[in-house]
Amino acid sequence: MKIKNIMKKSLLALALIPSLLLTQLAVANESVHLDQAPIDASNHDSLQRGARTFINSCLNCHSASFMRYNRLQEIGLTEKQIKDNLLFAGEKVGDTMKVSMNKKEAKVWLGVAPPDLSVEVRARGADWVYTYLRSFYRDDARPTGWNNVVYDKVAMPHVLYELQGEQAFNHETHELTLTKPGKLSTEEYNTLIGDLTNYMAFMAEPGRQQRNHLGWFVLLFLGVLLVLTYKLKKAYWKDIH
Amino acid sequence: MTNKSVTEKKSVLAGAIENTVNWVDERFPLTSNVKAHLTEYYAPKNFNFWYFFGSLAMLVLVIQIVTGIFLTMHYKPDASPLDGILGNPSVAFASVEYIMRDVPWGYVIRYMHSTGASMFFVVIYLHMFRGIIYSSYRNPRELIWLFGMGIFLALMGEAFFGYLLPWGQMSYWGAQVITSLFGTVPLIGPDLMEWLRGDYLVGDATLNRFFAFHVIALPLVLLGLVTAHLIALHEVGSNNPDGVEIKKTKDKKTGIPLDGIPFHPYYTVKDMVGVVVFLIVFSAIIFFAPEVGGYFLEANNFVPANPLVTPSHIAPTWYFTPYYSILRAVPPIGVSQFPGVVAMGLSVVVFAFLPWLDRGAVKSIRYRGTLYKKWLFAFVVSFLVLGYLGTVPADKFGQFGAWLGKADIATVVARIFTVVYFAFFLLMPWYTKRDKTLPVPERVTG
Repeated sequence: MKIKNIMKKSLLALALIPSLLLTQLAVANESVHLDQAPIDASNHDSLQRGARTFINSCLNCHSASFMRYNRLQEIGLTEKQIKDNLLFAGEKVGDTMKVSMNKKEAKVWLGVAPPDLSVEVRARGADWVYTYLRSFYRDDARPTGWNNVVYDKVAMPHVLYELQGEQAFNHETHELTLTKPGKLSTEEYNTLIGDLTNYMAFMAEPGRQQRNHLGWFVLLFLGVLLVLTYKLKKAYWKDIH
Repeated sequence: MTNKSVTEKKSVLAGAIENTVNWVDERFPLTSNVKAHLTEYYAPKNFNFWYFFGSLAMLVLVIQIVTGIFLTMHYKPDASPLDGILGNPSVAFASVEYIMRDVPWGYVIRYMHSTGASMFFVVIYLHMFRGIIYSSYRNPRELIWLFGMGIFLALMGEAFFGYLLPWGQMSYWGAQVITSLFGTVPLIGPDLMEWLRGDYLVGDATLNRFFAFHVIALPLVLLGLVTAHLIALHEVGSNNPDGVEIKKTKDKKTGIPLDGIPFHPYYTVKDMVGVVVFLIVFSAIIFFAPEVGGYFLEANNFVPANPLVTPSHIAPTWYFTPYYSILRAVPPIGVSQFPGVVAMGLSVVVFAFLPWLDRGAVKSIRYRGTLYKKWLFAFVVSFLVLGYLGTVPADKFGQFGAWLGKADIATVVARIFTVVYFAFFLLMPWYTKRDKTLPVPERVTG
């Protein structure tokens, strides 16, 4: 069989896979518009700022029990920096990010135990996390006084309200407006959440960068192997027909 | 060293090898088996693109077994919460993340296994499609096809049991839904379901037994069936894109089919090219898009299993969705969903009847008439449409008006294609007989 023919037919068969890729699976709350998260795995400054925000603000209630502190070295921190700045309660640098909050008590306080956030971005997507953390609004009907556009009747109160300020939600126009400014401007707050989301995306799969990097070498090797095996096949088959 | 001593040394080595082979041959049929299955197994010389997928299926089987062994070294089939704290992800879920993060090269092994599961079905579906378009299931190859069907069923079981192991939301609720299907069987249903689960709900007992099925019971069945599949194939010989029996025209002196070439080295070197192309696709997925947009690894499965929270949309992995669509499409009788379950079962098993449903005068699609080609096209379209519909909620495309009882559009479409799907099989004796076929050549063509 001619190589052109093989190519054409294999392309046809391979077309099956990308066509699957094009139709994304339905995600929860697809009616809500999600903003695109500024994910940049190579921006170590952003990742480090995000890690600090995560450890200071999220890690009081939410664990990340699959994430080891020392993996922060992959975003440019030294072991000493991690020990000095990010370990507060006698954890070891090789420990995972656990919280001391009792899950049973948390359930009584909040109605639901705060979920582990190790792979949250893989479960919900970075855009969801980025939009969610910027979409809290005042709702006096809720026990915490807070509600969220992306996650209706969410149990979590707006932990970062001092930074963002207070928003109101217009149920008719579906718009959020800042009614009481916080310590940060809207841009500063968006950057803070962008960095945090970027970090959470890193934390969801710390090996991702290395995986993508390695992939090119694997493909390069296989490309060379393809040429060799094809030539070998040609050499053996020259008498057939 | 002189030339003479080099030749002497070589002949000593060659002699040693020969002696060893002879020693083995006197005790075990080594050379005769290598001949029977490789160097003197004569395969038609006109295999095309579609003939790569058998050897690729073997490759994926080996990948799954080897990566599976390494995963088993670190995976823990334990549904209890991590550190014994209620509300934590399970030990099983945590052990998968441990493999992804802390085991050296663990993420590559895990992605190879998860991608391998889906690619197994890609390869098997293409392999089955080849069997259909060239009627490779027909006399004298019915048993090869039946062993193959056994492999397909075992593979489906293997995929289903394996999918529970990460103990994510989709794992849990997928298993809950599928095991509950057995609960619809009249009379014995509820007891059967409980017996399968080992508990009233899918739980730790279910996880442990599914682990046992996944890592030992079904792999043994698979290996046995693959062996039988190959022994049967090598007994009768391979079909080919022309559907011509090459054993009919043999060389008078040697008795070797004139259109046959030894499997080794010709097809081993050819299959190597196929293997490398496959590995390029496989590696591209593993290293750049292991989730494949949620089709190979579902986002919801990164949420630890929670028996108290039902996901809003439960969909099986893509390779089960055509049958899942059929399950949903068939209306219940009264309150019983059993008809849907039966239809789903039949939609898988019906492939096994192909050797006896096909009454065509020719084997290969090359010499079939347009009637058969139209039906085959309709079947492929139904399979793909049903497959797609199985991944989306039934209300995805809204409802018809009151004139159709406000039925979900997706459900009505699925019903139409379910009918087409079964018609392809049930009407096959009729349309293959009526089909105007072309004359088949005596010998294989290029």
